[in-house]
Amino acid sequence: MDTMMDKTRISRRGLLAGLGGLSFCVALGDGATLMSAAEAAENGKAFNAWVRIAPDGKVTIYSAGTEMGQGTMTTLPMILSEEMDADWSKVSIEMAPAEREVYGYTFAGQRDMAIVGSRATQLYFNDLRMAGAQVRKILIQNAAQKWNVDASTLRTEPGVVVNPASGARLAYGEIASFAAIPEKMPPVDPKELKARKDWRLIGKGVPRRDIPEKVNGTAVYAIDVQLPGMVYATTLHAPSHTGSPDSFNGADVKKMPGVIDVVKLSNGVAVVAATFPQAMAARAALNVTWNGGAAGAFDSQKTLDSYVGVHKDPKAQVVNLEKKGDTDAAFAAAAKVTKADFFADYGYHAQMEPLNAVVRIAPDGKSAEVWEGTQAPDASRDAVAQALGLEPRQVAINQCYMGGGFGRRTLGDYAAECATIAKAVGKPVKLLWTREEDMSHGMFRPQSFQCVEAAQDASGKVTGWKHCVVGDGGVLLHTGIKIPYYDVPNQNLERRGVSHGVRVKHWRAVGHVFNVFAIETMVDDMALAARMDPIEFRLKHMAATPKAKACFETVAKMCDWNAPRPEGRALGLSVSERSGSLGAGVVEISLDRDSGKIKVHKVWIAVDGGMIVTPGPAKANIESAIIYGLSGILHERISIKDGAVEQSNFHDYNLMRMSDMPSEMHVQFIDVDTRPTGLGEVGNPFIAAAIGNAFYRLTNKRLRHLPFTPERVKETLKA
Amino acid sequence: MVSFTLNAKTVSIDAEPSTPLLWVIRDQAGLTGTKYGCGAGLCGACTIHLDGVAVRACQTQVSDVAGRKVTTIEGLSADSSHPLQKAWVAVQTPQCGYCQSGQIMKAAELLAATPKPSRDQIIEHMDGNICRCGTYHNIVAAIELAAKEG
Repeated sequence: MDTMMDKTRISRRGLLAGLGGLSFCVALGDGATLMSAAEAAENGKAFNAWVRIAPDGKVTIYSAGTEMGQGTMTTLPMILSEEMDADWSKVSIEMAPAEREVYGYTFAGQRDMAIVGSRATQLYFNDLRMAGAQVRKILIQNAAQKWNVDASTLRTEPGVVVNPASGARLAYGEIASFAAIPEKMPPVDPKELKARKDWRLIGKGVPRRDIPEKVNGTAVYAIDVQLPGMVYATTLHAPSHTGSPDSFNGADVKKMPGVIDVVKLSNGVAVVAATFPQAMAARAALNVTWNGGAAGAFDSQKTLDSYVGVHKDPKAQVVNLEKKGDTDAAFAAAAKVTKADFFADYGYHAQMEPLNAVVRIAPDGKSAEVWEGTQAPDASRDAVAQALGLEPRQVAINQCYMGGGFGRRTLGDYAAECATIAKAVGKPVKLLWTREEDMSHGMFRPQSFQCVEAAQDASGKVTGWKHCVVGDGGVLLHTGIKIPYYDVPNQNLERRGVSHGVRVKHWRAVGHVFNVFAIETMVDDMALAARMDPIEFRLKHMAATPKAKACFETVAKMCDWNAPRPEGRALGLSVSERSGSLGAGVVEISLDRDSGKIKVHKVWIAVDGGMIVTPGPAKANIESAIIYGLSGILHERISIKDGAVEQSNFHDYNLMRMSDMPSEMHVQFIDVDTRPTGLGEVGNPFIAAAIGNAFYRLTNKRLRHLPFTPERVKETLKA
Repeated sequence: MVSFTLNAKTVSIDAEPSTPLLWVIRDQAGLTGTKYGCGAGLCGACTIHLDGVAVRACQTQVSDVAGRKVTTIEGLSADSSHPLQKAWVAVQTPQCGYCQSGQIMKAAELLAATPKPSRDQIIEHMDGNICRCGTYHNIVAAIELAAKEG
């Protein structure tokens, strides 16, 4: 992973602002490239920072798709290869350096490398196709010059430029050995891109490149990195998320076997030892007096209860998220008004690899190397630079595989913590949080309260919609609160923010989880009251869009919606939008009334995700999100008392296991010709309401508080 | 010093007797395919074979394996040719991949004793191994494929 890059090395010609908002680094084979010295000596030619073609035909493509299991490390280079018409068997993939100006996508007006919100494929798709087409065009131009023919008469086959008139062929590697790159990259008209019917890779089931390493133990996660002279650190953070160490028994702990140092941090105490078991023993021996700070007495249950008051408080801080039409008039004129409250508890990411990083600072202190599995290498670079008092360009991030991400790994906070410790001890350090630390010092999906109100006219049509979400977390709270898949003319969506100091974070569709739960439960309530089929109600009275209609009708067919179910089973329906994709899903459940355990037997989901780029991973992402959703809804709960998280490991924070999985999961993509949209999360948010709606059909009782733990189910049955 | 057989080689390790085998394997022997997930025997990411039996390396003291035979994912086959590894690739089972060494080692124990397991036997056997990416159905499919093609 020798991909450290200094801006000054990028190019003497500078950055060419370019096609589709993606800047290409014009890199020539004269040293102004990303090639190592050895590669340059072999006279490889680099066409831009994304692509390198060696004279032997080997193509190297940088991937900005950080890999946490979703497959984008493979998908992004494959998209470029498609338009470039590369021979995929000769393409090797390297992770892109943490250089947002070159490798970042443009989102909300700024460049970013963070792979979150299912963005990778949707945001890079067009730009990578254009980049690939540009490379292909340059290869053709060079072949045309060599053969002294008109470039427009030439064609390509994978890895080869062909002259149909003469039968002459030039492999890309051969062209690379003599090619000249024009001063100005040739423009590509989108009409020149390959037609969908001509695709050889996109949509064709190309296997993921990371899989072989993940079945034999050779895939390198940051936790696996070992450096000469490296020591091991682990941290005991303050129990309260706003806490700091006051005093601790550092001198005693330092006498323990193998202990090298005890380092005071702003929010905890780190111990450094020769081995990780020694570091863990030292952590266990720490006796710290803490200052709790603002969240020192935080009680999650009491605070959640108080959100009801915040909703009613006229002085509460209100952020309007959407105002459409005249909601007050719609409610005043309504024939029927429905109103309901919903609650959700905190959720934890529980990525399987506890957070860790490795940092090595140069002896002169003027540069540092980081090994980390990060969803945002650029943000990690900034965070480490800040911790060390360096410029970002002095920090190199070596991207490793992530043992799960789910939104937790975008801040570089643990890498920065590792850098602070490495600076204090003057040695390369591997920092590894214990599972207990990862959980108690987690960053959670926020807890929330929602009040949803709907107005219907005399015909039953929903004319007014109010949705208020209360909690701490800003934008995290209101993802998924909008309902663009329905056409309700008068809407008022708002957030009422509070602040606690408890760490909150993106979490696989985050706000969608509780917002869609509230929305789709509410819609189901109205459908039941109207004695209408839930799909018919959504089409007729919620004015579901054609895209939503296609998903509803497809999922209805998939699950044979009107067919009777076995005794004790019921179906529930819900729908969610996420990152441009739309999914309508149905679950079939049963209930053990004695234990309060809900069993989900079958799940069906119809997804409009635009064109499907990699069918296998696309389906796997949806299935994964379904399981993540089921686990979160049925099992997972973080509670905080006296400022401290009450759960500590997988015995009291329960994750879904194999025996809990549905016996059937069916995913179908709507066949459309539109740009790909996000698929990593859309399988998750529909789950809660779908289960709750099925539960109502079994019991005539409404579940209004996430998660649906057995205790909560039993309480609901008794109520 | 503790001596044992690690993937068919005899190794002698200098460690406190109570050191969890997990860290000996990973940090001292340098075999990092075996993962740390919970440190409490709750997730199965560190599953290895001790004399052919799947155990949690985080719950096994190094002194317990003296003179015994330890097999990790790196020792399951020399070239990813174990039927389960081939099936895992064919089904494209892993997502983040972090738990998969443990899953494969646990599944290998099953197939060694029960070459043609039923779906219920698979689920019962594998239930202690958590996969946060939710690849459970593809783990089942891969085990069934390996059992078929074995």
